[in-house]
Amino acid sequence: MNSLTMPATRSSALPAGRRRAAFWQIVLNEARLTWRRPIGLIGGVAIPLLLLIIFGLLPAFKQVPASFGGQSIFDAYVPILAAFGLAMLGMLGLPLPLVSYRELGVLRRLSTTPVPPSWVLAAQAVVQAFIAVASVVVIFVVAMAAFGAPAPKSPAGLLLSVAVSMAGLFAIGLLIAAVAKTSTAANVIGRLAFFPLMFFAGLWLPRALMPALLLDISNYTPLGAAVQAMQSSMQTGFPPTAPLLVLAAYAIVFGFLARRFFAWE
Amino acid sequence: MGVTGTSVIQAVEHDAGAGPGQPAVQIAHLRKTYGPLVAVDDVSFSVAAGEIFGILGPNGAGKTTTVECAIGLRQADAGSISLLGLDPRADRDRIHEVVGVQLQASAMPARLRVGEILDMYRSFYRDPADVGELIEALGLAGKRGSFYKSLSGGQRQRLSVALALIGRPKIAVLDEMTTGLDPAARRDAWELIAGIRDRGVTILLVTHFMEEAERLCDRVALIDGGRVVALDTPAGLAARASGGKTVRFLPSAPFDDRLLTDLPEVSRVDRPGRQVLVTGTGELVNAVILTLHAAGVTAREVQLDSSNLEDAFVRLTGKQLADTTEGARS
Repeated sequence: MNSLTMPATRSSALPAGRRRAAFWQIVLNEARLTWRRPIGLIGGVAIPLLLLIIFGLLPAFKQVPASFGGQSIFDAYVPILAAFGLAMLGMLGLPLPLVSYRELGVLRRLSTTPVPPSWVLAAQAVVQAFIAVASVVVIFVVAMAAFGAPAPKSPAGLLLSVAVSMAGLFAIGLLIAAVAKTSTAANVIGRLAFFPLMFFAGLWLPRALMPALLLDISNYTPLGAAVQAMQSSMQTGFPPTAPLLVLAAYAIVFGFLARRFFAWE
Repeated sequence: MGVTGTSVIQAVEHDAGAGPGQPAVQIAHLRKTYGPLVAVDDVSFSVAAGEIFGILGPNGAGKTTTVECAIGLRQADAGSISLLGLDPRADRDRIHEVVGVQLQASAMPARLRVGEILDMYRSFYRDPADVGELIEALGLAGKRGSFYKSLSGGQRQRLSVALALIGRPKIAVLDEMTTGLDPAARRDAWELIAGIRDRGVTILLVTHFMEEAERLCDRVALIDGGRVVALDTPAGLAARASGGKTVRFLPSAPFDDRLLTDLPEVSRVDRPGRQVLVTGTGELVNAVILTLHAAGVTAREVQLDSSNLEDAFVRLTGKQLADTTEGARS
């Protein structure tokens, strides 16, 4: 495997116009595949949206506990469910197709064309990012329009929080794609990582109710930091630097490791 | 890029066009090891433009490693490779534009349609072939809207050949393209390859099917243990292996053996039972029959045994080719 020395990231010799056309052809096919096997759409959009609607309909979630800083329980769950969607897309939606392409020899075949196989990775990231943004937008819009959640105090802060969260989670997904030898392995690793990370995001115990130690740990997990950043943007204003830095660090470190270990064959 | 599309194409053709004297593929003293395993020990050959060149050998002989080095998928440890004057590593961008590849064991995503895959690959090339014409020629015209997962093994192979040809390559490298096909599909594939060559494409064909090499190839390199053990036309290899051909017949009347042994074409005459067995070269049958006829003897039940590539292979390598029915790979 490591004897394969094809330069996956080389630039193509095609003229710029053709290159763009080729890239969008790949994106188009990746989008078709995502639509035809909508695991990412179900986990990344449908499930968090369904949970949001259920929580919105439960009277208990309308309470505003003292420790929640003026938010209802439902409001506290909005960023948690947004993080749910981002994690599903980053940790399962992104790596699974890449690992299966490596298994099938799709990437190897591409490396004998004028187009480098890294373009498939980029195309997949474009498709997943598009779904991720759509998922976050749908969750916030439904929460505000149907269940009376307040508009975010800092929309720019929210946008930035979503962007760095995506960067961190996508980097984790790429590392999963790099280390998993088979689709099954990628699936197992993705799911095993998903549930503890969702715990620290507050899915079962919102961060406002976490004891100090748990909250400290949560602050340094990618989903804990993502929820912290999104929640601050909703409730108080531009998010604090700490969670943004934590997420940026995940993006850099995991991105570097993924690049280091990713095999195209 | 600062150049118009047309002039880029012309530039590529100028640089990558094999001149009349220049071979399309030239490999010299190629060597590739994987740790302690020597996959390719010392392989050299050159392929003329427009030729169908076969690389034939048993599983594990180093055939696939040789072509993987040739197309730049693997870095050779030693030796030189030139395709249309280009180096597969240094000039890989150009190589990928002029060399179409059909790899062993490369599948496509199950839920893409044939037309979608072809349109995507088509977008990778400057001057691609017409998808409609190509799938028509490959007998896939009715399958354009079918999902990859619904294709039969033969249809997948043909799609893979279509993808190798969609960029209008000057060289097509086909690795075990008929492995896994039924005999009828295999014959169709042979016709297809001959047709591609007639369009001026040089073909490097990796195979472990004796019949395929014999029927299709202009020249064949027999590879065994990472080395070229013989390189010739299929007929030339066969002749080399047997040292000639033999004619058997029943004579209508007795005759003296010297009548035949005096002929330049005949090397020996045996008489197993009532039959006469003549071994020799050249226009052996004509020479024997005409000479006997002049002496008033008629040759009945004439049989000509000429050895084939399979005999050549066994003789040159001391082994049988792998069982030719299953999809084993080298």
